[in-house]
Amino acid sequence: MKKDMVDMVFEGLLRIGDDNLILGHRTSEWCGHAPTLEEDLALPNIALDLIGHAQALYSIAIQLKSDYNHEDQLAFLRLEHQYKNLLLVEQENGHFGNTILRLFYFSTYMKYFWEQVSINCFFKKLKEFAEKAFLETSYHSKYSSQWVITLGDGTEESNKKMLEAVSNMEPFIGELFDNDEFADISFKNKFLPKPSSIFKNWEKEVKNVLKKGKLNLPEILLKKNGGRKGEHSEIFGFLLSDLQYMQRAFPNSKW
Amino acid sequence: MKQNNDKAWNALRELTDPELPFLTLEDLGVIRSIKIKNKNHVITISPTYIGCPAISVIESKIKNRLKKLGIHARVEKSFSPPWTTDWISSKGRKKLEEFGIAPPQLKKNGYLQVASANKVKCPQCSSFSTEKVSEFGSTACKSLYRCLQCKEPFDHFKCI
Repeated sequence: MKKDMVDMVFEGLLRIGDDNLILGHRTSEWCGHAPTLEEDLALPNIALDLIGHAQALYSIAIQLKSDYNHEDQLAFLRLEHQYKNLLLVEQENGHFGNTILRLFYFSTYMKYFWEQVSINCFFKKLKEFAEKAFLETSYHSKYSSQWVITLGDGTEESNKKMLEAVSNMEPFIGELFDNDEFADISFKNKFLPKPSSIFKNWEKEVKNVLKKGKLNLPEILLKKNGGRKGEHSEIFGFLLSDLQYMQRAFPNSKW
Repeated sequence: MKQNNDKAWNALRELTDPELPFLTLEDLGVIRSIKIKNKNHVITISPTYIGCPAISVIESKIKNRLKKLGIHARVEKSFSPPWTTDWISSKGRKKLEEFGIAPPQLKKNGYLQVASANKVKCPQCSSFSTEKVSEFGSTACKSLYRCLQCKEPFDHFKCI
């Protein structure tokens, strides 16, 4: 592969890897705090899947560059501005409904994303990975959609909380579908789908589920972005200090 | 070379899964191929889940087992075609049921449709009158059910 292609593939793997790692970390914060025992099993299991995806993507990425010899260097030893994840995934968990709605938005997005990658990607390793990742994200999407409906169409209180969640997420949805320069180049080179091309399927499915939960997808008026350029929310530093603690305090430690 | 492959296969097929110790790697269908490249064995396995913690244990089990036979081996992971629960052998399904875990249904008709068809048989009393408690169970590959007939809770191997 030529150098500019290597850089493009590396950047793409970082973006998706970081999305999965950071959401995996946030989701893992529920361990021991979920509202029921069943959900206390479900959320860490999902976190395990997400972190597993990140690990696999980072391990593909480090094979492309000689600066790295272990995927942990990417996961634990970068600074804030070197992470390329969406702002959506780094936001604080809030209540259970909030966490569930974010998972539903993200996994539904990733489901369509992986489907496209498994059909169109020129990079064989990612194309093959996508086939498997599609199955797992579909399961996450299905799980979270059922909770969105149950809580939205539940009691007055649970509906109120889901309305809150819908409004909390609103500023962060736009970034999922943003086409920047990288997105255009990687689409032209048959690497990743254009984020904007996923919107139609995503919107249809999300609207359908929200409607069953007596909720509505708001028109996206306010749009925050910057995550893909490494410009993160203030809380991201706190998240990293937790995530990176072991590797910073005990360099090269292994489980 | 063929003979050597058979030797490796016979040694590996009986190894067991660390989370489901009554199931062999053959039952699970995770060993995709055994090839010999430059006098080294390359064992290709299909992870059941991308982030499954059992995979690294399976990898070292394979290496250690072959080392005892004097075979140097490298283990590679392959995601395509993706492992699905259809790859679990009928013997494996029977063992799951005997162990109290409802085996996954064959997903011939599309995986999510089958998964939500909720015709899951209770492994204790064989009743089909069961309901799902949670999409996720004690490990990534299982969901949680309960039987409305005998009232016992049980794990169901998720269909993917």
